[in-house]
Parts: sequence; C-alpha cells; structure tokens
Amino acid sequence: MRRIAPMLLAALAVLAAACEKKTQPAPSGEGGAQATQQGQPAAPGGGNVPASGDVILLGQVGALTGGQATFGISTRNGIEMALKEANAAGGVKGKKLAIRVYDNQSKPEEAAQATTRLITQDKVAIILGDVASSNSLAMAEKAQAAGVPMITPSSTNTTVTQKGDYIFRVCFIDPFQGYVMAKFAREDLKLNKVAVLQDNKSAYSIDLSDVFTRKFTEMGGKITTTESYSQGDTDYRAQLTAIRKTQPDGIYVPGYYSEVGVIARQAREVGLKVPLMGGDGWDSEKLFELGGSAIQGSYFSNHYSPDNPDPRVQKFISEYKATYGGVPDALAALGYDAARVAIEALKRSKDLSGPAVRDAIAQTKDFPGVAGTITLDDKRNAVKSAVVLKVGDGKTEYVTTVNP
Amino acid sequence: MAQLLQHLINGLAAGTIYALVALGYTMVYGVLKLINFAHGDVMMVGVYMGYATAFALGREARNSLLGVALIFAVAMLGCALLGFLIERFAYRPLREKPRLTALITAIGISFALSYGFQLDIGFLPGASPRAFPEVIEPKEWIVIGDRDVVVWNWQVISFLIAVALMVALQYLVFRTRFGRAMRAVSWDHRVAALMGIPTDRVIALTFMLGSALAAGAGLLYAIKDTSVSPLMGLYVGLKAFVAAVIGGIGHVPGAVVGALVLGLVEEFVVGYAASTWRDAVAFGFLILVLLVKPGGLFGRVAAEKV
Repeated sequence: MRRIAPMLLAALAVLAAACEKKTQPAPSGEGGAQATQQGQPAAPGGGNVPASGDVILLGQVGALTGGQATFGISTRNGIEMALKEANAAGGVKGKKLAIRVYDNQSKPEEAAQATTRLITQDKVAIILGDVASSNSLAMAEKAQAAGVPMITPSSTNTTVTQKGDYIFRVCFIDPFQGYVMAKFAREDLKLNKVAVLQDNKSAYSIDLSDVFTRKFTEMGGKITTTESYSQGDTDYRAQLTAIRKTQPDGIYVPGYYSEVGVIARQAREVGLKVPLMGGDGWDSEKLFELGGSAIQGSYFSNHYSPDNPDPRVQKFISEYKATYGGVPDALAALGYDAARVAIEALKRSKDLSGPAVRDAIAQTKDFPGVAGTITLDDKRNAVKSAVVLKVGDGKTEYVTTVNP
Repeated sequence: MAQLLQHLINGLAAGTIYALVALGYTMVYGVLKLINFAHGDVMMVGVYMGYATAFALGREARNSLLGVALIFAVAMLGCALLGFLIERFAYRPLREKPRLTALITAIGISFALSYGFQLDIGFLPGASPRAFPEVIEPKEWIVIGDRDVVVWNWQVISFLIAVALMVALQYLVFRTRFGRAMRAVSWDHRVAALMGIPTDRVIALTFMLGSALAAGAGLLYAIKDTSVSPLMGLYVGLKAFVAAVIGGIGHVPGAVVGALVLGLVEEFVVGYAASTWRDAVAFGFLILVLLVKPGGLFGRVAAEKV
C-alpha cells in the first residue's frame, strides 16, 4: 500500500505534463472533417502533399496556454469559422478541409517543435500562425526549410517574412504601426514629450518602440526616456517612478495586454495621469479587466475595428458572436482572413504541392478580408491601412484610420 | 531626494513579500535539506483560492475587515492542506531516497500545478491573467509634495502583516516546544526520532506552516500588483529562492534580510541605472555574495538551523 500512492502520483504528474505538451487536436470545421490521419504512411519522397483521400489538412501553431493565451484562442476561432464556411460551400477540389492545432505555450522553442510535427507527421498543406513574432520566426525557419507555405495572420515583425519565399502575412508590419502611432501622437494628440516603456523580451515590442522613437523625433517630438521590463513582471513602479521624473505628455507602451493593464494601474498610482499609447498587442477583452478605469482614455493602433459598418465585417461579427459569444478581436478577424486567403490559394493552385500553393498565395490581390483589403507585395507582406482606437469603459472606440 | 524615498518604499514593499515566500523555502530546507521548488506554485494556488473567496463574498463583504480576514483564512488553511498533501504523498515516500529524487519530484509538482492551472476545465482558471479584486480599498495615507512621494494604505498594511507573521514565526521557532522539535529534526532527524520526537508530524507541520505563509504572501502580492496568473508562482518563487540563498538558506532572519536586500537592489537598479539590467544585477549580486560568503550572508558552518 505504501508504494502505490507515490506511483499513482508520479503517473498523474507525467500524464499532466504529457497533456500539456501534446495539446488536444482542436475541434475543427465540419463535424465529419476532423482529421483522421494520425497513422498515415509517409508520402513517397518525403513530399508534403497531404495524401489522405478526401481531406486537405491545414495546421495551426498558436499560444493556447501561457502569457498570450487569448491570442491563440481567438486566432483558432477565426480559422475554424473560415473552414466551416468553406466546407459548407463544398470544400476545395472536392475535398473537405480540416485543421490540426498545436499549442506552443507562448514559447518559440515549442513553436518550432510543433511546426516540425505539422510538417513531418501531419503533412499539412499550409501552416497558419502565430501571433507573437518571436514564435512565428521560430516557425518560419522550419517551414521555409521544408518548403511548406506558411501564413502568419498577425505577426507584425519585419523579419518574419524575410525568412524566405514560403512565408507570407496578411497584416501590416511593425514599422507601419510605430509610424501610425508617432503620427497620431504628434498630429492628433499634439504631444511634444513622450516616454517609452518597452518589453525587452519581445522582438515585437522593441521593433515598435524603435520605429516610434525614430518617427516621433523626425516629426519634431522629443523622447524623454526609454525604460524596459520583461514579460511576466507585475511590478513596474520603479520604471514608472523614473518616467514620472521626466514629466512626459504621454507614454508609449508597445507591449501585450497581459502587462499593459497592470502598467496603466500602477502609472496612475505613482501619479502619472498622461495617456498611454500602444499597438495591436493591447487588443484583448482582458485589457479592460486588467486595466480597470486606469486604462480608459489610452490609445492603440490596430488592424480592424468592430465598429466598421461594412456589411462584410458586421456579418462576420454577428456569426462569430453566435458561435463563440463575445465580440471578435482583431486576432480572430486576422485568423479568419489568413484562413480564407489560404483556402482561396488552395482553390487556385494547380495541385497541393508546396511550390504550387506558394505561387498561388503570392498572387493574392485585392482580397476582401474583414480586417482590410489584402494585396501581397513582392516581400510577401500585406499592404493595408491601420486604425487608431481609444480605450473606453469595457469597449474600444474608433478614432481614425491611418493609411500607408 | 523625494524620488529616493519613493524607490525605498517601493523596494521595501516588494522585499517584504519576497521575504514571506523565502521563509517557506528556508524552513523546509532547514528540516528536510530539500529545496521545495513547488513552493511558489503553492503560493499561486493560494492566490486563486483567495480570488475565488473574494468573488464569492461580493463587493461589499470583501471590503470589510471580516471579509479580508476570511479571504486570508481560506487561502492560508487551503494551502496548509495542500502543503500537507504534497508532503504526505510526494515527499515522504522519498524521504530515504537520494536527495536528487525529491528535488526532481518538487520540480514535477511545480510544473504540474503551474501548467495544470492553465487548463480551462472545471474549477481550473485557464491561462489568461486576471485582475485581483480590490479587497483593501486603496487610499493615499502619506503624500509629500506634488505627489512626489506617495504611501498607500495597503503598502503599510502589507508591511505590518508581513512583519507580524515574521515575528510570530521567530517566536514559534525559538520559544515553543514545537519550535524546539523543529530545530532538533533539523540537526538530525534520526536522532530526534530516537529522543521521542514525532519527526513525521513535525515535518508535516513545517510544510503546512510554510505553505500557509506562502498563501499569505501571495495574497499581499496580488493586492499590490493586481495581476494574477498561473505562472506567477514560478517568477515569485525564483526571486524568493534567490533571496533565501543570499541570506543563507536554512536561516530564518537571513531569509528576511536577503529578501529585503533583493527587493531594494532591484528597485534601485531600475530607478537609477537601466531597467534592462535589473535581473542581471540581481543575479550577479547573488553570485557575488556566494563568492565572498559561500553560505550566504548569515550562513555559518555551525549556524543554528531551523
């Protein structure tokens, strides 16, 4: 008896760990379209043609756990919706579409591993993901080496698509977001002195803050100080006290919602009353809960606004609400767009081989997405406009649109 | 000058919370020579217990003194139970095995808790960070100049609670029968058993005590920084562990001093050098202390261990 308890416990612990690593194959598109090719034999020659009879498999790697969990979950919901619609309309080339989703725990190492698994084991036709650029960079490396097309819905770091000609994105890039906020701060808010507080662990945050600093200075503004924190911190009083001493008119905090909400609270606490500004990393329903009243009156740049009256956008929002409850954030919209671009490309492509699908994606032009019209340029980036939103009480308000 | 004072207050506020967590590490190390890496995650579980209690109480009740006491009581008792279960089923069966086995088990429990709590099923909270409700309504107690220095009521209250808990612990360890038993087990648990001390019970109680302290520290932390997430235990736990080592692991006042020093070092590095250097300097400081005094600031060869 004495030996059974520890063994049981050990078994449980191992099981728990295993569950974490593997992640559930996500519920996918149509009921019958759930991927069923776990033990399928490898395609001859190691090619990446999804060989199974009547299903085309797509793969997603996303943060379903860890610091940025709502990002991965929103993206997955958007992708699922696109697949469901495509399957209801008869699928692609007479085949149903299915998706296999792996969790990366918001870590680049896990993202790379999951991508390898999608390529070698599941043999997906296209890989979708991730949101955080550091994760997408790790994925792009693997996808490019294996010659499997990858579309990131919402990674805005410039270097992601520079990994090679198989890597695409359906969102704008960081320099543009930094530019949008610098322009907005200078011309609309008429700010002269701005402090920067960046997340040193994230390529995204550093990139945004670099471009913001450059553009804001070029436009005649002054950066009073640049402070930094690390993802996962919860006490920012030291940085904020240092910022307060420089008496800025505003603070640029291009971080993620998980930290920004708390930063806003502590900024008010140390006596900083000026508005905060940020990028699309703020976009989560959680921001309102974490930031409370402290975050109200702050601004961030984003990919889309749920207030957009376009019927296509409104139809997407009402269908999303009906399925998942809650207004879709930009990441859900971009996930939806990325999946639809992928599906359109599969339809146009002459077969399902890597090069053919890649060429088909590259030809995407004037594609009507819910987060703006998508045309891919020769660097495989989407050229589109950004919106500036103001944080209100439990919702965001549309302020303005800034064109490239 | 005013800024210096504000940094001092911020640093002390962070340090007292590290101290409470560090005490748990140091006590368990004292009696078992085991670094209980699951300690920070037990703290995290305690915070979620407090979170659930606060919501069950509702806005009115949780702002009353009784409500706050109830939140602390539920979390601390709940964690004492969790600490007991972990000790009973994970560590006790490994007591006579090599120490490394227990250490790996501790890391396993740490991961099982921090990642298990990221699942979104049943009572588990899911991965997203949450805002801890305001249980002590924030009020500015001392304001100097044009808000150059601000001391909040909860900063003072947390500090007092932390100091009270530490004093109580010091009394318990050095002035009571149970404390004497703990110290005896710490010296040599086999000989202590021969002297008629119920070693298993003493070790179990030490775990429960450490876990309850962790829950109290976690709640103070959640009140201070308002953000609660399943991974918080890993971060705070690591910092507290470093604090315990700086002070000399196994040494009760050492853990407190180590934690206060760590909190202040971090704060001043960010305030006066560059925020990027914070962790590098904090851990560099650890290495420096260990180079000069390998046993930590207070660790002597024949130090009185708990």
